Amino acid sequence: MGYLHISNLQKSFGPTQVVKDFNLSVEKGEFISFLGPSGCGKTTTLRMVAGFETPSAGTIQIEGRDIVRLRPNQRNIGMVFQSYALFPNLTVADNVGFGLRVAGVSRAERAERVAEMLGIVGLGEYGARYPFQLSGGQQQRVALARALAVRPQVLLLDEPLSALDAKIRVSLREEIRAIQRKLGITTIYVTHDQEEALSMSDRIVVMNNGVAEQVAAPYEIYNRPTTRFVANFVGTLNLIEAQVADGPAGVVEIGGTPLPLGRPVQGATVALALRPESVSLVPASGRDVPLPAEISEVHFLGSVIRIRARVGTASLSLDTFNTPDAPPPPVGEQARIWLNPRDLMVLEE
Amino acid sequence: MDIPDARPRRQLPLHWLGILPFTAFAVLFLIWPTMHIVAGAFRTPQGDFTLQNIANLWTPSIIASYWISIRISFASALLGCVIGFAIAAAVTLGGLPRGIRGPLLTFSGVASNFAGVPLAFAFLATLGRLGLVTVLLREWFGVNIYAMGFNLLSFFGLTLTYLFFQIPLMILIITPALDGLKKDWREAASILGATGAQYWRIVAFPILWPALLGTFALLFANAFGAVATAYALTGSSLSIVPILLFAQIRGDVLQDPHLGYALAFGMILVTGIANLIYVILRARSERWMQ
Amino acid sequence: MRMQRVWAWVALAFGLVYFFLPLIGTVEFSLRMRRGEYSLDAYRVVLSDPRFQQTFSYSVVMALCTIVVGVLIVVPTAYWVRLRLPRLRPIVEFVTLLPLVIPPIVIVFGYIRMYNTSSFLPLTGSATGTNFLLMMGYTTLALPYMYRAVDTGLRAIDIRTLTEAAQSLGAGWFTIMARVIMPNVLVAILSGAFLTFAIVIGEFVLAALLNRPAFGPYLQLVGANRAYEPAALAVIAFSITWICMGLIQLVTRFSRHTQARR
Repeated sequence: MGYLHISNLQKSFGPTQVVKDFNLSVEKGEFISFLGPSGCGKTTTLRMVAGFETPSAGTIQIEGRDIVRLRPNQRNIGMVFQSYALFPNLTVADNVGFGLRVAGVSRAERAERVAEMLGIVGLGEYGARYPFQLSGGQQQRVALARALAVRPQVLLLDEPLSALDAKIRVSLREEIRAIQRKLGITTIYVTHDQEEALSMSDRIVVMNNGVAEQVAAPYEIYNRPTTRFVANFVGTLNLIEAQVADGPAGVVEIGGTPLPLGRPVQGATVALALRPESVSLVPASGRDVPLPAEISEVHFLGSVIRIRARVGTASLSLDTFNTPDAPPPPVGEQARIWLNPRDLMVLEE
Repeated sequence: MDIPDARPRRQLPLHWLGILPFTAFAVLFLIWPTMHIVAGAFRTPQGDFTLQNIANLWTPSIIASYWISIRISFASALLGCVIGFAIAAAVTLGGLPRGIRGPLLTFSGVASNFAGVPLAFAFLATLGRLGLVTVLLREWFGVNIYAMGFNLLSFFGLTLTYLFFQIPLMILIITPALDGLKKDWREAASILGATGAQYWRIVAFPILWPALLGTFALLFANAFGAVATAYALTGSSLSIVPILLFAQIRGDVLQDPHLGYALAFGMILVTGIANLIYVILRARSERWMQ
Repeated sequence: MRMQRVWAWVALAFGLVYFFLPLIGTVEFSLRMRRGEYSLDAYRVVLSDPRFQQTFSYSVVMALCTIVVGVLIVVPTAYWVRLRLPRLRPIVEFVTLLPLVIPPIVIVFGYIRMYNTSSFLPLTGSATGTNFLLMMGYTTLALPYMYRAVDTGLRAIDIRTLTEAAQSLGAGWFTIMARVIMPNVLVAILSGAFLTFAIVIGEFVLAALLNRPAFGPYLQLVGANRAYEPAALAVIAFSITWICMGLIQLVTRFSRHTQARR
């Protein structure tokens, strides 16, 4: 049993079941992301851990103790909100010290801890300011310091970066991860941004319709999605309906070119998925197979060029890196694209 | 004024002409008449400067009028704030069905404008000597509130009546402020270990404080200037300042026109001070705002 | 959480009792005119009183005039201040709030002394002049409500873009005001107008001190001399206020409807 253990958790609002039989075991110090589209139940699950929603069924245990019956203020959990939720009438220092103040910690001890926390989030000079005098990124760092000041057993973050600019999002997520590692705090991070989840997490829980579709490390989630939803939601994906040429031998045809999958398939057609970065205009290795294609769109994105190519009836996206001496092919050109058949993922319905 | 170059002249007036009608209206029918009264309070009938009119206010009966006016206004504003706040909080935060909110706000809109003569009639019909509640209390429970010292035409009775428009006014003004309290603040406080009382003391009340103060000042001025209800209720038996001034304007009961000016000036002074206190306190409590 | 809900219900119940008892009491009292049974006699007496009809229609006309004058003063001002003189906004807003701070009785006292027969503008010398003065007084009383309603309405639409669009199409200021701005803040104007109506219709102090035959002084007069009719009048006055508020709700809801379709 893990440090934080959630079993058979369910939540219904009226007739709609938002969370259906959710199970998860989190190790101490682990960083877990809940990833999914809005309305998938990730925030509701988080709010049940925090105590803002009461589960319809199931248990949530921290160190073997069931906390479902405890009120939020008895749970010793830290939380960071999407809207920062800083108290506007209190200074930064008073915000960070709020949890200690209501716990009856002495003024001197409080000041020391507040200074320490503000130092950790790099806002040591800002104690006397009010929240409105800070930028969004600074406010969220104060919120993080406030949540951590009470030394919670578990830290919850509810889409903490989604209100910020792209640049700050990236730098702050690295900072959050670094602080989390340093303090070794068990963390659940809710996001709908796959890049965030992939770059920060030890493990990702991909949620859809109130169910955890896959729980695995980012590398696994990206490269070996187990369901069509996960494959589709995480990263960009080419979905191809391929003709089965020889089912038992695992050979399929795309645009007339036979491709060995290396595993048997059933039926007349099979749904395949392929990452755009697995397709290229030049062979990347000896195992790559060429397919005749017509270039239909070229999008120059800077460091990456995204090309759409028609292969028979299928349309494939492929990403190539921009190199100054190899300009992208013109639209309408007949070309050959290369892929390794092993990169083709067979999706179960 | 004969400035040869007309172009720079045209720029300015066109710009400012837009609010000329409003300015004329405000000066002629709001500011000047008020200033006329204020100036009159410091003038002798011959037009010379004097403080005698103000000094003449210091007679026991006029002081008593001010005192009871201030007491009634203060009590009805305070009770109006407290009760109105409780009701607004019950509806916005207390978990009551959402459907109550709309009708309550509409009703508050109606009741806050239901000051004046009809309100007095309503309370006479309810709590007067023959009013419904008075009669029912006597017949059903054997309680004679008038024998117990209750009188609608008194400090307590008038305060009770004023509350009928004070509470709804408070509800109308404070409900948006209560809506401004984000749910996240409450949740953040609670996950940080705060009890409901601690959240209210450290976060919610300080945030609401300016709105509460402002409403209190407004309710105070509202009650202090109210004439119609009191006049219809008590005739001139309860000598609050606006009624005294009413009688003075009508028939010069003080037998000194300039004492009337001073009386009116005193009213402006009281409501002005109430609002000044509000402005100062508000500025102080809003350091944390943009 | 549960405790909180109990307290919420207690607060609401207290409010309901306090606010509905006087209303029930008034209705009950107004029906008691005939001894021993409930009847509508008090209403019959009141409604057939010619002075009721005279004063009531006087106040209705007064209210309508006040609304027209109020709109003509407030809408262009609020528009102009938002468009061209944003720095004046705090001052204009302060002035519009003054009538909430200066007691109405003081304002009318000022009128009586400033516009008397021996002054530069002897408005109180004639009935027409006094009517005009009363109307301006009512406009002053309604100013805070009217200005706030209109200003809120203007905030909701992008007046600068609308104005520039109209100008680029060749519209003059009058056209912009009448055809572009007014229709867009019509709902706000109507809310302000109904509120003004509710305030003016039962107003007592100004009418009494300026000695005009309005509904408010009539109410007071009946109240001082009769027993049951005042209750009936209170019910009527309350209904009028209700109707005004109901109409505000109605136009607001209607406007949400049109906004959703945009």
